Amino acid sequence: MSLAIKDDEVDIVIGALRSDLTTFMNEWRPMFSQFHLIIVKDPDLKEELKIPEGFNLDVYGKPDIDQVVGSSTSILFSGYSCRYFGYLVSRKKYIISVDDDCLPARDPKGFLVDVVAQHISNLTNPATPFFFNTLYEPYAEGADFVRGYPFSLRGGVKCALSCGLWLNLADYDAPTQALKARQRNSRYVDAVMTVPAGSLIPISGINIAFEREAVGPALVPALKLAGEGKCRWETMEDIWSGLCVKVVCDHLGLGVKTGLPYIWRTDRGDPIASLKKEWEGVKLMEEVIPFFQSVRLPREATTVEECIVEVANAVKERLGSMDPVFARAAKAMLDWVKLWQSVGSSSSRSSAV
Amino acid sequence: MADPATISPATLLKDELDIVIPTIRNLDFLEMWRPFFQPYHLIIVQDGDPSKAIKVPEGFDYELYNRNDINRILGPKASCISFKDSACRCFGYMVSKKKYIYTIDDDCFVAKDPSGKDINALEQHIKNLLSPSTPFFFNTLYDPYRAGADFVRGYPFSLREGVPTAVSHGLWLNIPDYDAPTQLVKPLERNTRYVDAVMTIPKGTLFPMCGMNLAFDRELIGPAMYFGLMGDGQPIGRYDDMWAGWCTKVICDHLGWGVKTGLPYIWHSKASNPFVNLRKEYKGIYWQEELIPFFQSVTLPKDCTSVQKCYIEIANQVKAKLGKVDDYFNKLADAMVTWIEAWDELNPSGASKSSDLPNGVSK
Repeated sequence: MSLAIKDDEVDIVIGALRSDLTTFMNEWRPMFSQFHLIIVKDPDLKEELKIPEGFNLDVYGKPDIDQVVGSSTSILFSGYSCRYFGYLVSRKKYIISVDDDCLPARDPKGFLVDVVAQHISNLTNPATPFFFNTLYEPYAEGADFVRGYPFSLRGGVKCALSCGLWLNLADYDAPTQALKARQRNSRYVDAVMTVPAGSLIPISGINIAFEREAVGPALVPALKLAGEGKCRWETMEDIWSGLCVKVVCDHLGLGVKTGLPYIWRTDRGDPIASLKKEWEGVKLMEEVIPFFQSVRLPREATTVEECIVEVANAVKERLGSMDPVFARAAKAMLDWVKLWQSVGSSSSRSSAV
Repeated sequence: MADPATISPATLLKDELDIVIPTIRNLDFLEMWRPFFQPYHLIIVQDGDPSKAIKVPEGFDYELYNRNDINRILGPKASCISFKDSACRCFGYMVSKKKYIYTIDDDCFVAKDPSGKDINALEQHIKNLLSPSTPFFFNTLYDPYRAGADFVRGYPFSLREGVPTAVSHGLWLNIPDYDAPTQLVKPLERNTRYVDAVMTIPKGTLFPMCGMNLAFDRELIGPAMYFGLMGDGQPIGRYDDMWAGWCTKVICDHLGWGVKTGLPYIWHSKASNPFVNLRKEYKGIYWQEELIPFFQSVTLPKDCTSVQKCYIEIANQVKAKLGKVDDYFNKLADAMVTWIEAWDELNPSGASKSSDLPNGVSK
């Protein structure tokens, strides 16, 4: 039931934290080569990027970032947050973003998972956040709404964000991965589902897609841990961003899906070494989650940008004094909205309230 | 508490769980379940003509109740138990003396997992019930307590202990649980997708609870599992489990308990007649549009600290707000009260737990 997507409606945005992208690009070639790619190099990365031939892409580095955003912004497009620059300069309707240490996964039948096709399918089929369907995605082939599902809710709402999952190295935090050093995720759960309205979810940036025109400004590069590093275990920026997106989507009546597609995340890094840095992030979550659970957006906030400004103000007011990282995050969110309005194309349409 | 995964399936909760089966036809399906069900006590609720003898296969330990028994045991309160509808199964919940209930329909058989192995549905339900739920924050890797999974990055540690699981809602391969209109449009659709996940339905979210393959902690949530007035003499059918599910979820959300859905799968073999179903569901399809906003907006006062108190409160609100939709809801509200009275009579002195709202866990 998904509509056909034109290749020129999609940008694939990759944040390069490693310089040699040869294997990465070659492994993804069957799925990526027909689309335009935006590769953003981590400004802290010194080496030149190695990218194989045969792709339609634009590469951005520190000089480009400095030129476009200037020096007056508090946002640091460094580390994993470099990809947000790609979101900013994209002009496409949909964005798909995966970490540069991820490769295509295989499903239980042995077929390569087409991460782009699945994300696009998720985004172009409606989401159903107001009532849980026990057979999961009702628009999937061979499925439907179950008995007892109200008919008035079967049209669904627009799906703005699609969160994929990971085989092999799952997105655990450092303490969990350190404790279960050999645990690898081998369970392929063949489902997509809408995250219910009012429910929060830790959205991992490792494998996501979104409709840029609907929700772009809500993906905010804002929460930078004092000890943020170059492993996912050493960051929380995507979790913060995802909470903002979910709160905004709930307010505007947009949907968020989770589940398929899977990518294969390669082993990398040492969780025990990361433990030292990541306690900061883990501790912050104890404040962050109750905050987002209780944030309420006013009726007057009818665009994504307005919503983000409201959240930023709430962050400053209620979390700002708790830890400087929050005050910085609030400022970064406001700067991001301004940037989006000046640099990002077409401001997001508000959805009917 | 020992890890359920390491206990032999045959001994898990053998003396603490009753299997409640409503039937109007026969119990032949039990033969296939024998390896998994035989250690457990069965409560058979015979619907329809009480003079018909329902044969229970040899070797099962059971008690059987027909309509005469229900009338004898409940007297005038028997009016709350449906006749000519599988909703009568809730009588089995009421007379059970066990902590846990598993209920299954008589057209549900053992399914196979993708590796071809028979699925022990009861064992999976027990695992679901014995491990906590996580209704306050969604875990993207689903049940974090399953072998091979855990909480993901970003999941606050203070929420990782979870809350008690009150309900385990299983699914079905083959004939899916569709409503009549969907059945009419897609008569050939079969559910062949095995989704290898159990998950907690988030707090504040309603779902359509199917009674075909369902387990619950009777001591926690039993009184909320009233399957309503359906069948003979009633204007509606096939909304019994839905009604129980909505009441149950609202109460679980209020008292801080979890509801899980997903595994296990059973094999649903019989597609009921969609035209018959349409007649039964017809009013429900319209009424549901009122019912969902009602349940979504029900708030229970803080002093509703037991399931019974919550349930009576819901009954009062049903009468006040849904009575004007149809007089049926006045009758249903009365029946809900009768059910609680009957429940308390048959289960005296705190057989159902009350629960203080847990500190700082709910919003």
